[in-house]
Amino acid sequence: MIKNRKIILDRRHITEQMMLLLMRLSALSILAILLFILYTIANKGLKSLSWEMIFSLPEGGYYLGGSGGIANAIAGSLIMIAGSASIAILLSLPIAFCINFILKKEGWFSGLARFSMDILFGIPSIVYGAFGFLIMIWLGLQASLLGGIIAVAFLILPIMVRAIDEVVMVVPHDLKESLQSLGATRYEMMKVILRSILPGVGSAIMLAIGRGIGDAATVLFTAGYTDSIPSNLTDPAATLPLAIFFQLSSPMEEVQDRAYAAALILTIIVLIISLLTRQLTRRIK
Amino acid sequence: MLISRKIKDTLATRLMVIITSGAILFFLAIGLVLFIKGIPVMKSHSLIELLTTSNWRPMKGQFGFLTFIVSTLLVTLLALIISFPLAILSSIYLSEYSDYRAKKLFMPVIDLLSGIPPVIYGVWGTLTLIPFISETLAPHFVDFSTGYSLLAGGIVLAVMILPLMISIFLEIMESTPQDLREASLSLGATKWETTLKVVLRKSKAGILAGVVLAISRAFGETIAVMMVCGNFTAMPKSLFDACYPLPALIANNYGEMMSMPDYESALMLAGFILFIIIIFFNTLSWFILKRIKKGQ
Repeated sequence: MIKNRKIILDRRHITEQMMLLLMRLSALSILAILLFILYTIANKGLKSLSWEMIFSLPEGGYYLGGSGGIANAIAGSLIMIAGSASIAILLSLPIAFCINFILKKEGWFSGLARFSMDILFGIPSIVYGAFGFLIMIWLGLQASLLGGIIAVAFLILPIMVRAIDEVVMVVPHDLKESLQSLGATRYEMMKVILRSILPGVGSAIMLAIGRGIGDAATVLFTAGYTDSIPSNLTDPAATLPLAIFFQLSSPMEEVQDRAYAAALILTIIVLIISLLTRQLTRRIK
Repeated sequence: MLISRKIKDTLATRLMVIITSGAILFFLAIGLVLFIKGIPVMKSHSLIELLTTSNWRPMKGQFGFLTFIVSTLLVTLLALIISFPLAILSSIYLSEYSDYRAKKLFMPVIDLLSGIPPVIYGVWGTLTLIPFISETLAPHFVDFSTGYSLLAGGIVLAVMILPLMISIFLEIMESTPQDLREASLSLGATKWETTLKVVLRKSKAGILAGVVLAISRAFGETIAVMMVCGNFTAMPKSLFDACYPLPALIANNYGEMMSMPDYESALMLAGFILFIIIIFFNTLSWFILKRIKKGQ
């Protein structure tokens, strides 16, 4: 009897230890995958990364291995995300505040608004790209900076709304009530509340920017590609993800190496944005 | 003074309600536009023919989506098979076993993985997976593989959906009441038995919702998969054959088919199919998660 019980206990103990080992292994393997990805990109990218890559435009024969850099794509990406983020901020703040402060809590309308944002969040970027392209044809626009800005704004709007919504949701009820009891209108109340949650809103914006700047499928048809820095909304604009994508599909090794350098630049930009987001989130806590 | 404040308030709140309604209508608009654009090809071919045949010869007016649909399903399934065990085991570890410090160290890893742009995953896949598959792995199983394959697409996709699954699983598991765990432990159950029979059983619905969300993310992923999966219009016969998912089809051909109305329409229909599938899955997981939140 006692012996039997010991065996069962042992078996349970062994299962326990084995599962713990498996769990540790999976968590470690996820860490290893991340390090492997970062190492691969850094290792390959550092070889052809140079100041010339970052600060000069592609010169004649660049795509055949000639000299020059991808300043056009870096500038294009930054200008485009600035535009898209501005549009998205202007729309997502009202939406998030409307859901939380104007519509009835737990009402069908605020439920529907949250549901739509979750659905929009799940729509793949290629669909936004195709839809943006259709709208551009409809408006008579060519592939341009403006087209890219609109398509990326579609993509990041739901990301921003959801993130801001999460920040607004935890605003203390007391703050809201004391403002109202002081006689503030809803609009005035929202202005004060916005000021109190600015870091959170900032981190929501950074999160959306990080997602938007790296997306290739939205800008594939809408922004076009060019060797110069766009000076006008109707000029086509190069972007970093597409610079990587196009250069990687070249058969020439020098050009492929530059794709790796461009990938490293994009990764660094995204990592910086991610760090900023974390920093802002920490400030709230 | 009071009147001007009131007017300002009314105007601002009205405007905000209008913007919100606009955003709600926006996703209906996307579906509607894609559907309308897809009508011409559905007029010249029956929907059943489009969905169940695999002849894709746009120049001859043949548009069979089957290869692309099967490719999408296979690559998604493969990604799920690879990443689900990893995701569930590490979520259990983080939620039940690890101490606060380990978790604090691990959360940035998940954040970073979810922040890396798709095109970077694609570059990583081309640099590491493709040569590994074509030179080391495939020769053991098939005569020849370029490496650009179903398997490469599945692995890249698996890594990309990991952070999404882990963050949902974690949230769900951590919401299991501590009392339940303690009741089970005090009855003499080991920690793993408690996890299996209490935490996982309680989190079943949430885990399902996370998987469904991951599936819908995987369906729509474009650039990363397109860079490693070969994009060859033939039914894949093994893991080492190229495949051609729906999003890649749209990305590769869209924009250059404007001269052929049926071709454009077929691609828009592909977009609409993708849109419908994803909305279906997202709605499903939305309702599951909502029910869980209500139950708490």
